[in-house]
Amino acid sequence: MKQPFLELRDISVVYPCPGESLCVVNRLDLQLEQGEIGCLLGASGCGKTTILRAIAGFEPLQSGTIRLAGRELSGDSQQIAPEQRGVGMMFQDYALFPHLTVEKNIGFGLRRWNKQERAARVDEMLELVGLPAERKRYPHELSGGQQQRVALARALAPSPSLLLLDEPFSNLDVDTRERLAFEVRDILKQAGLTAILVTHNQAEAFAIADRIGVMQQGQIVQWGTPLQLHEQPANDFVADFVRREALLSQRAQALVRSASA
Amino acid sequence: MGSTTHIGRFWLLAAACITLAVLAPVLTLAAHALQGSTGHWQHLLDYVLPNAMRNTLLLLLGVGTVTALLGVGSAWLMTAYSFPTRGVLNWALLLPLAVPTYIVAFAYQDILHPLGPVQGVIRDVLGYTSPRQFRLPDVRSLGGAIMLLGLVLYPYVYLSTRAMFATQSASLLEAGRILGATRRTVFFRVALPMARPAIAVGLSLALLETLNDIGASEFLGVQTLTVSIYTTWVTRSDLAGAAQIALSMLVLVVALIMLERYGRRRQGYSQNQRSRSMQPQQLTGAAALVAMVLGWLPVLLGFVAPALYLLAESYKYLHLTGAVSQQLLASAWSTLYIALVTTAATLVLALVVAWASRSARSSERQRWQKLFKLASLGYAIPGTVLALGLLLPFVWFDTLLEQVVALFVERAPQLLLMGSTTALVTAYCIRFLAIGVGSLEAGLARIPLSVEQAARLLGETPGGTLRRVHLPLLRPALGAAALLIFVDTMKELPATLLLRPMNFETLATWLYAEAARGTYEEGAIAALAIVVAGLLPVILLARAQFARQS
Repeated sequence: MKQPFLELRDISVVYPCPGESLCVVNRLDLQLEQGEIGCLLGASGCGKTTILRAIAGFEPLQSGTIRLAGRELSGDSQQIAPEQRGVGMMFQDYALFPHLTVEKNIGFGLRRWNKQERAARVDEMLELVGLPAERKRYPHELSGGQQQRVALARALAPSPSLLLLDEPFSNLDVDTRERLAFEVRDILKQAGLTAILVTHNQAEAFAIADRIGVMQQGQIVQWGTPLQLHEQPANDFVADFVRREALLSQRAQALVRSASA
Repeated sequence: MGSTTHIGRFWLLAAACITLAVLAPVLTLAAHALQGSTGHWQHLLDYVLPNAMRNTLLLLLGVGTVTALLGVGSAWLMTAYSFPTRGVLNWALLLPLAVPTYIVAFAYQDILHPLGPVQGVIRDVLGYTSPRQFRLPDVRSLGGAIMLLGLVLYPYVYLSTRAMFATQSASLLEAGRILGATRRTVFFRVALPMARPAIAVGLSLALLETLNDIGASEFLGVQTLTVSIYTTWVTRSDLAGAAQIALSMLVLVVALIMLERYGRRRQGYSQNQRSRSMQPQQLTGAAALVAMVLGWLPVLLGFVAPALYLLAESYKYLHLTGAVSQQLLASAWSTLYIALVTTAATLVLALVVAWASRSARSSERQRWQKLFKLASLGYAIPGTVLALGLLLPFVWFDTLLEQVVALFVERAPQLLLMGSTTALVTAYCIRFLAIGVGSLEAGLARIPLSVEQAARLLGETPGGTLRRVHLPLLRPALGAAALLIFVDTMKELPATLLLRPMNFETLATWLYAEAARGTYEEGAIAALAIVVAGLLPVILLARAQFARQS
């Protein structure tokens, strides 16, 4: 049987969460095929960001394994350092290097490339996110949306095999948020990337993801396509999420319709 | 586990070693004192300690009172009232920080000398002709030492208290007024009690500085514990005795550290930055004049007078001779050299400690940070005590080294460490490590963890992340720490006196020697150079304070 591209098998992670002293992601499984965009959807403190950090290598596993493209990243026998995982990440606060210009930020991960290749790749990325004019500017001189696109370009530049997006739109105002969500989906699909997005916002999840996992207290309650979630919610919790979604966003409704058509 | 943890371990281990090195002098001191010579101890106990302890305690009490009055008073004046020149005074009140204790004593000894300018003018005004008919109380006394130390150390209390008053919310004070209290009662019943932790922090720093002082007490003839350690060691060559006095001094240090910790722990609760701060009351006429005089008095006495005196004396001397001596130039170069070496070494060590405490795993971080806090205790160890604690291991190591080398070479080098500046630089590093660690930890705290993780995910190793991300972002923190360490090294006297190699003079020891000999020739020039250098960190401090307020 063919192995899935990304596989989290039986992983348990302990993480600090608000209110209680410790929370646990308990024996969680997750699989994603190459080129798919997955989404972990849930309220804050449900453990979704912890899973992302475990895949990135910032959070040690209590048990279980994480495999990417046939290679074991985290497991009983080893823990590969974050810089050797070939995983890219876009942070909630973008985490742009404040002392570097836009082009130097994007080129940060291309240190081992030769000069021409690096310059060409940075140009390509700037083109992709539509910011060629801002290349010499510093992060603090950019708008929130522009910063977000630089962060995306920087994460994509070294061609990671997996891209992690941690609440990528939460710092933007509502209008920009919806527009950028579709834009980011286009960019990811264009690059053929496998990605996992974490969000508490149902509209974002429905706008971007091929597969959505609804999370509650360190567990994935249901893992399925937007359509499946909508038509066969596994329980009341999921149904509630989706129904509220249906009330909230016309646009996502349209998406669900187009998916079912 | 994987490679990340190994590298993390390395930093932690290195930082733990540095912490041990900071504590080593105190531990060896304790060991040495406990096995010490009993005969001398009886003598010390009978004749030296009671007097020295009494003097030190009185000095601490007096300096504490003076710095509290001047520091809290000027902080409240600047917070509650507005009057002409307030803007300038706001930073001018920090100027006395540039004058080390031994220099203020050096200057005032001359200014207030019975045959000096001040008493001369007073006699002229009152119509006396000879010092025998009229003289002010001698500045060479405990009282004189208290006043002079208070004049240069009050800015510690002013700084912390002023910051506290600035964050106190206006509505609290206004609530007090509405409830029927006058401005004065509001100060005593609301503002002052709320500022108590800040005052404790400032006071403990000022008193640690008092305990550290050797020059002023000696010039002014006050036999403190520090002076007793020095004389017991240097004049009587009684190391064990000196160690025993030093240990009793550490008891006072511990008490002062506890005072500071108490203040810092309490400080956290009362900061409410969102609230509006108090609007100063505009003073006019006579009230404004009184406020101005009160506000400027500490600046005039603590900085302007001694600085002008040093300027005048330097000018007089240079006018007379036309040039400074070769020896003074040589000591200026030595000062520069040793301050640069110390700054570089301390920053590297501080970076290791700050980085290690950041990169510790979250589950273990608290425990490590508790350990590394000990590394910052060096600032509290008085220079004399530190020197004493370092001397023993260094001499021991030198002897060992000599014996080992003698196995291979005919003429083995003697006193390799003590004969070089190694011991001195070590002492400086231990004493000033806290400045570097504090500054770098604050700088690191401003760099979000996500920025570091972004670099790692872009393929950079932990070391590479430090080099490409943290160091460039830490540049301002590194610069500020470097300046503070550099100037503090320049000013340091007690440890330098005891640990410097033969014929190695810094500007501070040069000044000390001149004052001790009673030849006041080039001392003023050396003192002036130290004060001018000391102004740099004061400017930095003033700018930081302004940035916070605006």
